Amino acid sequence: MKSTMGIILTGGKNDRLRELSEMRSTTAVPIGGKYRVIDFVLSNMVNSGITNIGVLTQYSFRSLMDHLGSGKEWDLDRRNEGLFVFPPYLAGEHSGWYQGSADAMYHNITFLKRSYEEYVVVAQGNCVYKMLFDEMLDYHISNNADITIAYRDMRDFPEEEISYMGIMKMDDSGRVVDFKEKHKNPQSTICSMGIYILKRELLIALLEECISHGKYDFVKDVIINKLNSLNIYGYRFDGYWRNLNTINAYYRINMEMLNPEIRHQLFEEHGKVYTKVKDEPPAKYNEEAEVKNSIIADGCIIEGTVINSVLFRGVTIKRNVVVKDCIIMQDSIIEEGVDIESLIIDKNVYLSRGIKLKGMANFPITIGKNAVI
Amino acid sequence: MHNKEIIALLLAGGQGSRLGVLTKNIAKPAVLYGGKYRIIDFSLSNCVNSDIDTVGVLTQYQPLELNAHIGIGKPWDMDRINGGVTILSPYLKAEIGEWYKGTANAVFQNIHYVDKYSPKYVVILSGDHIYKMNYSQMLDFHKANNADATISVINVPWEEANRYGIMNTQDNGKIYEFEEKPQNPKSNLASMGVYIFTWEVLKEYLIRDDQNLESAHDFGKNIIPLMLGEGRNMWAYKFSGYWRDVGTIQAYWESNMDLISRVPDFNLFDPAWKIYTPNPVKPAHYIGPTGSVKKSIVAEGCMIYGSVKNSVLFPGVYVGEGTEIVDSIIMTDSVIGSNSLIDKCIIGEGARIGNNVKMGIGENIPNELKPNLYDSGITVVGEKATVPDGCQIGKNVMIDSYITDQEFPSLNVESGKSALKGGESE
Repeated sequence: MKSTMGIILTGGKNDRLRELSEMRSTTAVPIGGKYRVIDFVLSNMVNSGITNIGVLTQYSFRSLMDHLGSGKEWDLDRRNEGLFVFPPYLAGEHSGWYQGSADAMYHNITFLKRSYEEYVVVAQGNCVYKMLFDEMLDYHISNNADITIAYRDMRDFPEEEISYMGIMKMDDSGRVVDFKEKHKNPQSTICSMGIYILKRELLIALLEECISHGKYDFVKDVIINKLNSLNIYGYRFDGYWRNLNTINAYYRINMEMLNPEIRHQLFEEHGKVYTKVKDEPPAKYNEEAEVKNSIIADGCIIEGTVINSVLFRGVTIKRNVVVKDCIIMQDSIIEEGVDIESLIIDKNVYLSRGIKLKGMANFPITIGKNAVI
Repeated sequence: MHNKEIIALLLAGGQGSRLGVLTKNIAKPAVLYGGKYRIIDFSLSNCVNSDIDTVGVLTQYQPLELNAHIGIGKPWDMDRINGGVTILSPYLKAEIGEWYKGTANAVFQNIHYVDKYSPKYVVILSGDHIYKMNYSQMLDFHKANNADATISVINVPWEEANRYGIMNTQDNGKIYEFEEKPQNPKSNLASMGVYIFTWEVLKEYLIRDDQNLESAHDFGKNIIPLMLGEGRNMWAYKFSGYWRDVGTIQAYWESNMDLISRVPDFNLFDPAWKIYTPNPVKPAHYIGPTGSVKKSIVAEGCMIYGSVKNSVLFPGVYVGEGTEIVDSIIMTDSVIGSNSLIDKCIIGEGARIGNNVKMGIGENIPNELKPNLYDSGITVVGEKATVPDGCQIGKNVMIDSYITDQEFPSLNVESGKSALKGGESE
């Protein structure tokens, strides 16, 4: 891939994820049995040959920093470049919490200025998909575009979630002619995936201009503002893509990973998905285990029934337990005789004997981290 | 260079020829074990967990896999500025180049490596055994006795004592005699192949042993008896716990199966004594709607659409619909087709087993080519072997590594027969 660097935006607080993002950034929410959401975009960049990556953090970034560490698991602990994590900082006059995505990048403009790559991929950290950015860059170059935005037909999303997205309209040549953000009554399902490719020098200039006018949002104040004056193109992506912005989306994404076709797209195509490793032994199934259509991570001990569920590392399912349509995160213990359905159980939860709890697929019950019930 | 109180030397050069096709292309310490590990991980993790941060790994036989596995020691936290893990292979000296002629000679040839750290003690380990042991407690025992050598021992059944190196000790544990595979054992304390020496003393014996042309340059045969004979202060350190020399197909299979019992004698889930190994980059495993797993351990990346019982599955194994896996060990990235039966088999890394294959059926007849290796009813498939659709394969069959569909002798390989790569005989 041509010399390209990466910037991952991790966004602000998202109350629509309720308990899951109370203490962690959306991008650090555990997903798929062993991953954090940010692993996907980070692996995509690494798999595309990008080795200079800045992660701009804002809200509750401790869990995210703990997860990323030195970037070793993504092979980003490099002597030159590698992974840089930028929490907000206080210094001089431009400091404090970021006021928007453009502001976040502007605060770290030195990172952009010091880098030497010709292009930048700017991407959201809260999306689940596998994509190599090479092809998008080729498209960008062949169009002689100033900015290229990846888009996708989101007709497989509920209407409510589309209203949080940016609706795009392209002309026949692929040039973006309209972009409407967070539209109450979306007229189309063609939406931005929040992935942008542009030249590093251009990004620096756009950010400086934007901030000097007292504007802070990359989409509203840069992209939409420049639709007419810049050559902005849309790049179509047809694969699996989800963004994590509601608790229902979270539940759905995990359940969709049980689908072999989606698993194939996410874990076998376009390179591997890297994540922080834990030294857990393989999962252990005892005589009574009945497991169907489920994802089970290392370190689990299973003596009960598990159906259509995702079990993270080190979960214990005792005897006479029935777990159906549930997501159970790391190190939770489900005691004998528990019967649960459509639950999202955060890390380290203890469900004591005989508890029966049922949520609904379109309204799963969430049990917060470290709860004892 | 900082001095270290103790460093470890891990003898990992053995072929482990009794493991047959499993060690055809790799050394015994590199053989996969327990759903995710290699045998050497246990000794290496014991070192880490005993706060020993300097380990020399002596390799000789087929070291490629082992070298790749250990790398710079990252998984064991042994990528250190001072110390860490070092692979010590035989090398050419000024005038002569030589292989390691025996365990003692291997250490002799690396005296300079040990001297670099000027340790007071060295612990000599073999990378062949499955156990969890705190070497620092053994070192305390060694120091308390002001010993020249301390040998870790374990009680073995009396009837098996004639298969081991036996230590005869006084009541307090002081060794007065060592007998290699005695006909009439006086004790059932078998050496585990774990020795702590005071380095100054050992060094002297290694140099003397090297000059003795009669010597086999072996710790058990030469160094230990010589030291005892000269009245050195030597002690037996009693270990109680799980310890297995997984040196035969049957012992290897049994030890893997020990891991699947409800409360295993050997617990991999102990957070206070973790076993480390490079982690595969694979998603959590998936059990399909038609899959079923009972009394088994299953690693990451597996996809299971058939039924798995009493078995150990390594990362990335695929089990097709309608297939039954019983009492078997399936190694990394193997693919088992649909509607097949795998009964009491060991399937090597990356093997491809077709559809409608029946394996491990029929009478228990020892292998004709190697009756002493394959006689316990276990059929063994070498790494990257391909078994064609519809094959019927008996017990104690050896299927060579890298064998292809075309090279397969027949769709019916009876008990005790072998399927060899290129049809060659051994």
